[in-house]
Order: sequence, then structure tokens, then C-alpha cells
Amino acid sequence: MELILAIAIGVVFGAGIWLILRPRTFQLITGLLLMSYAVNLFIFAMGRLWVGKPPITPTPDIDPSQFADPLPQGLVLTAIVIGFATTALYLVMMIGARGLTGSDHVDGREPRS
Amino acid sequence: MLLAALLLIPFLGSLFAALMPQDARNRESWLAIGVTLSGLAIGGLLFPQMAAGEVLRAEFAWLPAQGLAFVLRVDGLAWVFTMLILTLGLLVVLYARYYMSSDDPVPRFFSFLLAFMGSMLGVVLSGNLVQLVVFWELTSLTSFLLIGYWHHRADARRGARMAFTVTATGGLCLLAGVLVIGHIAGSYDLDAVLAAGDRIRSHDLYLAALVLVALGALTKSAQFPFHFWLPHAMAAPTPVSSYLHSATMVKAGVFLLVRLWPALAGTPEWTWIIGGAGACTMLIGAFIAIFQHDLKGLLAYSTISHLGLITVLIGIGTPLAIVAAIFHILNHATFKASLFMAAGIIDHESGTRDLRVLRGLRHTLPITATLAIVASAAMAGVPLLNGFLSKEMFFAETIHVGGNSNWWMSYAAVAMGMFSVAYSLRFISVFFGAPAQNLPRDPHEPPRWMRFPVELLVLACLVVGIAPGVSIGPLLHLAATATLGEATPAYNLAVWHGFNLPLLMSLFALGGGVLLYLVLRIYFGLQQRDRVPLIHRLSGAQAYETVMAQIARGSEWLLQRLGTQKLQPQLLFLMLGLLTVPLLLAGQPPAWTRIPQQDIDPLFAALWLIGAGCALAGAWMAKYHRLAALMLIGGTGIVTAATFLWLSAPDLALTQLMVETVTTVLILLGLRWLPPRIESMAGPKQPLWRLWGRRSRDLALAVGGGLALAALTYAVLVHPASDTIADFFLLNALSGGGGSNVVNVLLVDFRSFDTLGEISVLAIVALTVYALLRRFRPAPESASIPPQQRFQADPASRQTPAEQANSGYLLVPGIYLRLLLPFMGVIAVYFFMRGHNLPGGGFVAGLIFAVAILVQYMLAGTTWVESHIHLRSHRWLSAGLLLACLTGLGAWWFGHPFLTTHTAHLDWPLLGELHLPSAFLFDLGVFTVVVGTTMLMLVALAHQSLRAHRQPGKDAEVEIPGTVTERTF
Repeated sequence: MELILAIAIGVVFGAGIWLILRPRTFQLITGLLLMSYAVNLFIFAMGRLWVGKPPITPTPDIDPSQFADPLPQGLVLTAIVIGFATTALYLVMMIGARGLTGSDHVDGREPRS
Repeated sequence: MLLAALLLIPFLGSLFAALMPQDARNRESWLAIGVTLSGLAIGGLLFPQMAAGEVLRAEFAWLPAQGLAFVLRVDGLAWVFTMLILTLGLLVVLYARYYMSSDDPVPRFFSFLLAFMGSMLGVVLSGNLVQLVVFWELTSLTSFLLIGYWHHRADARRGARMAFTVTATGGLCLLAGVLVIGHIAGSYDLDAVLAAGDRIRSHDLYLAALVLVALGALTKSAQFPFHFWLPHAMAAPTPVSSYLHSATMVKAGVFLLVRLWPALAGTPEWTWIIGGAGACTMLIGAFIAIFQHDLKGLLAYSTISHLGLITVLIGIGTPLAIVAAIFHILNHATFKASLFMAAGIIDHESGTRDLRVLRGLRHTLPITATLAIVASAAMAGVPLLNGFLSKEMFFAETIHVGGNSNWWMSYAAVAMGMFSVAYSLRFISVFFGAPAQNLPRDPHEPPRWMRFPVELLVLACLVVGIAPGVSIGPLLHLAATATLGEATPAYNLAVWHGFNLPLLMSLFALGGGVLLYLVLRIYFGLQQRDRVPLIHRLSGAQAYETVMAQIARGSEWLLQRLGTQKLQPQLLFLMLGLLTVPLLLAGQPPAWTRIPQQDIDPLFAALWLIGAGCALAGAWMAKYHRLAALMLIGGTGIVTAATFLWLSAPDLALTQLMVETVTTVLILLGLRWLPPRIESMAGPKQPLWRLWGRRSRDLALAVGGGLALAALTYAVLVHPASDTIADFFLLNALSGGGGSNVVNVLLVDFRSFDTLGEISVLAIVALTVYALLRRFRPAPESASIPPQQRFQADPASRQTPAEQANSGYLLVPGIYLRLLLPFMGVIAVYFFMRGHNLPGGGFVAGLIFAVAILVQYMLAGTTWVESHIHLRSHRWLSAGLLLACLTGLGAWWFGHPFLTTHTAHLDWPLLGELHLPSAFLFDLGVFTVVVGTTMLMLVALAHQSLRAHRQPGKDAEVEIPGTVTERTF
């Protein structure tokens, strides 16, 4: 499982890097989306992998080692929501820049060829 | 408490003044008068304790961990300065009431002026050096705002910028100096520093501390070579010049030197640095003042010169010199403030301040003329006026300092005395001669109360000059003993000391000054001369401008060499840095202790085969097939959500799923505004080698980055976890937080402050998106309705979205989805209610609710939905934020820290016992903010289509889907 998740994070992150280096704003946005998945999974994995042990404590007297680490989960939950907000901001910048400059190139003008 | 009130009242007054209407001149003045009077009353209450020689302190915790306390400390010196600041403040406020024109925005003026007063009081009342520097910089800031008050004038802006650059830079030096002193003395507390004088003077870092503090003080007090900012600051309204740039702010520098005298003075370095700068300033300032043509310019240079005189006295550093310095600070404030006010009256009444034009004003302004002549005489050091006394003391000190052999200081003093007589004569020359005919305005005596402050100050000059012992004596004694302590010398404040050397010097200076003036006037054309003789090349302002221009040019050069406007190289370097910097920083990897790994589940492997495939395919398709790419990336998002669910994070899975949905809809709405990009219609190809070169470089970087992160993840995952604070959360969630879903308790209880910040960010982003889209104008080619919707053979193209959903081809889904709305609402409530104990919570519920509304928008169109549901997203946002904040503040009500959760247990009929933690209310705030944010952003985007079609002259033949007026959403 660990190996699969590590490879998955690597692939998604690599695809994200590739995309944010592309010249078009839409590619940039999709790249950032992919990178945020990868980074969220990475942070989440810092709490190690637990199968079937969600951090929901039925009674006050429990053995903490039998539950998944809730801290990275809380952090990632925040990250997901903030990521949503920044994506929205990027999107508006994207369409705003396009309306303002007439180009969807990341620099706001078509490159000289 | 009195001390705190003394400091707070001006700042509160400033706040109130700022809130008043534009034309409230009288109310503003009354407010400011009230502020100064209450300050003076407090000062008066403190007098008995001051007279008894007490030092009052009030301490408030500031940064206890750093050993910093907010200390207010009043001793005699601080008290005298406080009274000086407040008294002159009162007079200036009264004067400004009449000076400011009714067109000027007075709230700004009085607000800044009171803020300045507060900052200045902060400087003199600070009992902690770091705190002193903070107030010091505040005076620079308020001075900047006041000089630039008439910000439509270029000279005001330039003067403000120059003054701020010089004094604030000096302030930074002062901060550094104070830190050095604090390091040597072991404390920033003023009492401790003053007591550690010997240790400071013998320390290796003494010179550094002295130079840095001197830089701060000399820039503030406009001492050579930093004097040039003061004449440019004269672009400020005259009350400001009178208050800040003659009486108070420029005195902050010399005040600081007097304040730190016990700690720093008494070394040759002190005398050379402080005394040297002062002597240069005194002579240069006085000399230049003679040749000014602007009344205020003359006064500015004379102020520089007098400040130089005070600095020389402090530099001499004997106890008697310090007494003389304090005495001259008070005297100078009195006569110079009145002279500035008189200059302002002349300017106000005649419309000009040009000495070449003004003459004969004594015929039209007899009273003002008399007052100004008396004040000028005080400035020139004529006997029976206050200026004479302190100048006499100065002369006496200069004789002592050189001993019997070295008379240079005395010569300099006499020369300065002569110059000051000459410029005083130049100043009062405006009152004599035949009346000028070509003045912009016909001068009249000013209103009674505008002249009143001048009268009072001139009266003070006379009283102090004639009877110094009874008038100024006690105050001077207070300030001197507070500074000098046991070293306070015996001094005699008498008008007549017998016929001695200082008196001879005074007489010589008076006679020589008159002669100098006459010679200059008759033989050198003083009245019309353009340049200052001898030293006109010595222009500090020019040097300043040159340095500023060089800095700007240098930074431009650096920016061109090191920066780029292009985004792609920037990101490339960022990614390269991300890849290489950790490698360089990483030390030896820790020992490779493997832990038993989870078995590979083939289903999980298959899941990620899909997920990774989606990511790669999405990256491939993103250029020409945006819709496909978006769906593919959504696929990776769903696999991510599934992974969260698989790996024991149901809350994350739910949130990711909902965010995925909303993000996709959001981007779908945005796609419409991008230019078409079709592979077969791609523009001119770049050379193939360059294209592939760039692509292989990016590919290498992407592969490298991916491999690095994968390796790092794997390395972490095969290591055992170290001890974390997770156990604390797991053990205390139910008992302490009252919820069994630890992640939710973490968000709304343990780390709720964090969440409060997060929902604030959400709200800010939503408002930013809304504001950006209000100004948005689409590119012309994407403004019209897309060709797919204009396909005439399709009957749906002739219907509005609402018609399509109500009677058209969307009838069946329309009925279903409307039926679904209440169910989705219930589901949102369900997820919200159970959030504390089971997966769910405010975030998820908010997103579900938003999606429920969103579906209706997608189905029936913006216009139809908004005519049926009145959703005011702004109010949701503010209500949510308010609820969250109030919940947090509620904890204060019960005496707990901000955002402490309180759990109530209620017995409800039917429902049984219900436990209701206050975190529940907080979560409700989160829910409301999330709904508001999502709706505001999506609806703002959706509305762009409506707005775009309403552009005049476009697509008139196409049926417009939104003819209803746009509502505020």
C-alpha cells in the first residue's frame, strides 16, 4: 500500500509540475489542482496509513494507538477548503486576464515566434 | 491610570476627529481643545508629585517573554515636555481653527494632529527604549501625513516624502542603537539604562551605540548634514510648521539626547559627534536663513540654527550646559511658534510669504507687527526677552569649553549671534517701509482668536525675559534635577549678572548683526539675491535627490538583470529550487528501520491505476481538450477522495468529494470565457527543435519532481511514526470536547481559532471574486452566445433555460431535481447535526447545501432561480462570520479564553437528552460562511453570461435569456 500511494503521489505531482510549466492559463489551473491533490495526500500520509481505524472514539477510555492520526486529517481538511477558495480565485484571474489582455497566455500576451 | 489616560486621550480624540463630517470645523476644534485641556488637567494633577521629585511609573505587560513591558514613566523632564506639547497643542488648535480654509478637509487635519500629539506624548512618556522608538516612528509617520496634508501639491508630496525618508531612516538607526544599549545594559527599561551609564561608556560597543543614537537624534532634529528636510517640510499648513517643525517634533531629537545624557554623555566622542554636528548646523543654518526669500523658509533655517545651538550645548555636556539646553528648548518653542503663527497670519492676510514683495505691513497689521517684532527680538537675543537669557548662558558655556587658550567655540557662538540678529532684522523688515501695492490680497488684522495664541506666547517671552526666576524657574528646576540628579549645578536665572564677558559677547553680536544686515542690504543686494553666497553648492536636498535617483536606477538595473516578467521561467526556477534546495540542505539520512507494511490490496492498486492514468491523460489533454481534461482531473480527485475513505479519513473523503463537485462546476462556468483552441487551427509553429527542447526540459523536471516526492513519501511511510500530539486529541476529544469525531472536534474546538481564520479567508476570497467580476469585461469574441446554442434546427435554442426546464426537453429532470431540493436540504442538516460525533460537519454540510441550490441554477437558469429563491450570499457570509466570532467572544462572558467550548445538556421532549456544545454554534457559523462563499462565487460567475449578452449592439437577433434586470446577488 505504501509503495502504491508513494508512486501515485509522485505521478500526480509530476503531472502537476508539467502542467504549471505550460504556457496557457487553463493548463496552469489544472496543474495547480493536480499539485494540490498530491500535496494533500502527502501531508495526509505523514500520519501513516491506517485501514479501517477512523479517528472516531466511541468511549473516553480508548487506546490511542488503535486510531488513525487525526491531526494531519484536520490540516488536510483545512487545506482542501482553502484550496477550493484559491482555485476559485485563480479561475477568476484567468478569465479576467483573458478579458483584459485578449490572450490566455500566462504572460498576458502571445509569445513572439 | 492617569498616565495611561494622558496617552490614550489624544489617540481616541484622533479616532473621533476622523469620523466627523468634512465641514465640521468648529466641532473638530472643540474636540481638539477638549483633548488638550483634559491632558493639561491631568498634567496639573501630577504637578505636586513632580514638585516633590517623584518618578511615576505605570507598567503594562507587552512582550513578557522578551522582557519588554509597556512602561509609562514621568519625571520632571518628561512632565515639562508634556506640558509644553499640550500647551502649544492647545494654542495651535485654536490658531488652526481660523487658519484652515473651509475648503480643506478638516477631519483629516485634526485627526492627524491629535495622533501626532499622542505619539509625541508617547515619546516623552516612554519608560522603555524600544517603546520610545515605536512612538518616535509614529511621530515621523504623522509628520509625513501632516506635511503631505495638501496632497494635491507636488511640493507637499515631495517634502513629506523627504522628511519621512530622512527621519524614519534615522528612527531605524535609533532602533539599532537602542538595541545595542539594551544589550549592554541588560534591559530596555529607562531607569535601568540611565543607572548603567558607566558600564555603557566603558563598553566596546559604546561608539556604535552612540553613533546610531546620534543618527536618530540628529535626523529628527534636522542637524547638519540631515538638515535639508526641514525647509521642504514647510509645505505643510502653517499650524503644522508651528507645532511640529519648530516647537515639538524637531525637539524630540534633542529631548532624546538630554534623556540619554546620564547614560551616554561625558566622553570625547560625545562632544565631538554631538557638539560638532551642532556647531556646523548652528552656523550654516543661521547663515542660510539670512538669504531666504520665503518667510517660512527663513524661520525654518533659523529653527535649524537654534536646534544646532541646543545640540552644541548638549554636546558640551556639562551640567550647566544641559540646564541651558533645556532652557533654550522652552524659550525657542515659545518665540518660534509665535513667529510661525505670525508668518501664517501674514500669509493668510496678504496672500504671499515672499520677503521681496512684502513691506509696510505695520500700517495694515499694527498689532500683529508689534507681536512679531517682539518675538523676533527674542529670537535675536535682545535683553529683557527670554531668548537673551538662554543665549547668554550659551555664551558663558562656550567660554568654558575651550579653556583659556581655545576661543573657537566662542567665535562661532558670536558669529551665530550676529547672523541671528541679521535674519531677525530681515524678518521684521516686512513691517517697515511704504505699504506694498501689488499684494495678492488686501491685508487686515486677523480674527481676534487667531491672534490670541501669538499674544499669549509673546507675553510669555516677555514675562520669562523680565522675571525668569519666578516664571520659568520652577519648571526648569524640575526638568534639570530629573536629568542631572545630584549633579544639578547652582545657577542663577537673573537678567543682570553684572558686566561680564557673555554680556560683552551679546552686545557685540547685536551690534555686529545690525551692521552685517545693513552691509548686506546696501552693498550686496540682499533683498533680491538668488543664491546663498559661499555655500550655495552645499545642498543637502540635491544630495538626497541624487542618492534616491541612484537607488531607483540601481534597483531597476538589478531587476533587469535578475528578474523576469515572464511567468514560466519563474515557475521553472521555483520548481528547480524545490527539487534541489532540500537535497542540498538534507544531511545524512536516518537509519533505515523498516516497519511492517500494509498488504497491497489489488483493488487499491487498480484504483490508483485509474487515478494516475487520469492525471497523466489530463495533463496531455489540457491544451486542446479542456472539457476532457477537466473531467479527467476530476477523476483523479475522486480517486483521491476514495483513498481518504480507504485510509480511515471519512471526513476528508466527504469534503474532497463535495469540493470536487463545486470546483468542477466553477471551472465549467469559466471555460466559456476562454478563447477557442483547436489543434487543426493552431497558429504558426515554433521551430521544432526549440519546442522539443523546452518540452523535454519540462518533462525531465516533472519526472524528477515526481520521483523526489514519491521517494520522500515512501521513505517516511516505511519509518515508524514518532510521538505526536495525536494521542492528546484522541484522548480528550470525547471527554474534553464532547464529540467522538476527533477531526471535527479538532476543527471546531481544539483548533477553532485556525478555523476562524480559514472561514475569514473564504469570505475574503468570495468578496474578491465578486469584486473582480464586477469589473470584468469579456473578450469580444467570447461575448456572444456560443455557436452550439445558436443551432437553429434545435428547438431548445429558441427557449430560455427556464422554458426548457418547465416545458421543454428538460421537463423530467426538472421535476426530479426540484423534488430533490428539500431532500438535499435535509441531507445537509443531517450531515451538519451528526458532524460532532460522526463524519460530517459544517464544511461538508455547507457544500452539500450549496450544491443543492446550484443544481437548480444549472437546471433552470439564473433568471428563473433568482425570481423564486432570494438568496443573499453577502448576508450569509456576514452572518456566519458574526456567529463564529460571537461564539468565540461568548467564552469571555464566562471568563474563559477566546473560543473556549462550553457544553450544555438539554432535555428536549421527544428528542430526549441533547448535548449542545457551543462548538455547535461555531460550526453553524462555518456552515453559513461556506454556503455564502460558494453561492457568491458561483452566482457571480454565472451572472457574467447575463451581463455579457446585455452589451449594446451585439447579437440583437439572438433571443436573450436574461431580460430581467440584474439583481444584487
